[in-house]
Amino acid sequence: MTTLSIDHVSRWFGNVVAVNDITMTIGPGVTGLLGPNGAGKSTLINMMAGFLAPSTGTVTLDGQPVWRNEAIYRHIGIVPEREAMYDFLTGKEFVLANAELHGLDARAAQRALATVEMEYAQDRKIATYSKGMRQRVKMASALVHDPSLLLLDEPFNGMDPRQRMQLMDLLRRMGDEGRTVLFSSHILEEVEQLAWHIEVVVAGRHAASGDFRKIRRLMTDRPHRYLVRSSDDRALAAALIADPSTSGIEVDPAEDALLIQAVDFGRFTTLLPRVARDHGIRLLTVSPSDESLESVFSYLVAA
Amino acid sequence: MYDPTVARLTYRALLGRRRALILGALPLLLIVIAVAVRALTGADDQTATDVLGGFALATMVPIIGVIAGTGAIGPEIDDGSVVYLLSKPIKRPTIIFTKLIVAIAVTMVFSAVPTMIAGLILNGNGQQIAVAYTVAALVASIAYAALFLLLGTVSRHAVVFGLVYALVWEALFGSLVPGARTLSVQQWSLAVAERVAGGDLVTSDVGLTTATVLLVVVTVAATWYAGQKLRTLTLAGEE
Repeated sequence: MTTLSIDHVSRWFGNVVAVNDITMTIGPGVTGLLGPNGAGKSTLINMMAGFLAPSTGTVTLDGQPVWRNEAIYRHIGIVPEREAMYDFLTGKEFVLANAELHGLDARAAQRALATVEMEYAQDRKIATYSKGMRQRVKMASALVHDPSLLLLDEPFNGMDPRQRMQLMDLLRRMGDEGRTVLFSSHILEEVEQLAWHIEVVVAGRHAASGDFRKIRRLMTDRPHRYLVRSSDDRALAAALIADPSTSGIEVDPAEDALLIQAVDFGRFTTLLPRVARDHGIRLLTVSPSDESLESVFSYLVAA
Repeated sequence: MYDPTVARLTYRALLGRRRALILGALPLLLIVIAVAVRALTGADDQTATDVLGGFALATMVPIIGVIAGTGAIGPEIDDGSVVYLLSKPIKRPTIIFTKLIVAIAVTMVFSAVPTMIAGLILNGNGQQIAVAYTVAALVASIAYAALFLLLGTVSRHAVVFGLVYALVWEALFGSLVPGARTLSVQQWSLAVAERVAGGDLVTSDVGLTTATVLLVVVTVAATWYAGQKLRTLTLAGEE
């Protein structure tokens, strides 16, 4: 059992707060760290990996501090987001070097290469590898010492669907074996397919934590906002607000439009055209105003 | 204190095709100059001293030192691949010490060996001049490698700073401001060479004792500090 504890961790760079008072515990199994780009995921992972000191708070692995503690790397495998990885070596040489740095021999390297199914290309220079192959060799280098904690920063970036599936299978297997696996992603579907448990980070804050299905429901059940322009905004507003699927309407004089908040998504989408037709109002613009991932996340923060 | 795997990775990165070409260019130029001078003017002790002191020790050795010292760690920190060394149960000072040994070895091979060859061509080691400058190059290699390894650890612009130090401080400033010479790796190594040559041709502005102490202090302090900096090296995130 390996547990990574993040305790009231903050990190700022000058005046910018990247991570703001986050507390979470990552246990065995696969955990997804979800958040939009720039939310502080990488900063958080760097602190978990001991590459960055928290400005305040502590990161510990089974009670041992991670920062300035080289011995901790016997238990941690890291797959960094960055591409650079001694391109002048072959895949085999690279994984072997990683094994040797752990005090292990060629057998460990070979085993790790087999785990990621990269033996067929192990004698080629890394410089000639595709993105997915690089990712797998990085995985092999992280697995070479059989770590109990695996940290992966955006591991699926730039992978094609088949490579993505292979890596997901591998991570699932690692989780099933009782390892603590944490990966970051800004893509909802990736996390949904893989993680048993998710932690959501938005704008440096810990927005949500728990079972994926629960969080997913929060995301789809949230109120939807629409921007609507019509031939008679006020008449349309009066007619719509009479229905319970609409919870609020605002007249926006600057935009010359209505901002409508709908609580029942399905009902509202059939209500709007019907009401317009019944009242002889022409709809000029109907656009969802907050479908971006960021707004989904910020809704979660407020929830 | 020494990790053979770190050493192997560093050697291969340093002696990769492009860098090896740059490392080999200056020594080749030195030998070409030596052959040309010998052919045109014949063997002359003063000329040998001028070429070895003015070009080999004053220009070539520090530049090789910059390339090997900063190149032993700078590019890895720049592109982030150093993460594969840092995420291992290896003491950070061990990484620095190993890289220092590699940087010293490479600097010595690419600076002291050609200095010796050029010296033999110029005047056949008359008055021990070739040996004296070779010893100076060996000694300077150690201090330069340590200094520029530190520079490569703390700065992203290590090569520029290194070249400015090597060319502006050591070569230009040192020749204009006498005081600057006391704080010059070149003068310290010349103090050692002066002892070896024994004659009046090789001279230094710094005494041998002062030079030895400064060489040791600079090498040890730079290496220690680089180890400390690597312990708290922050890998910038992508965000």
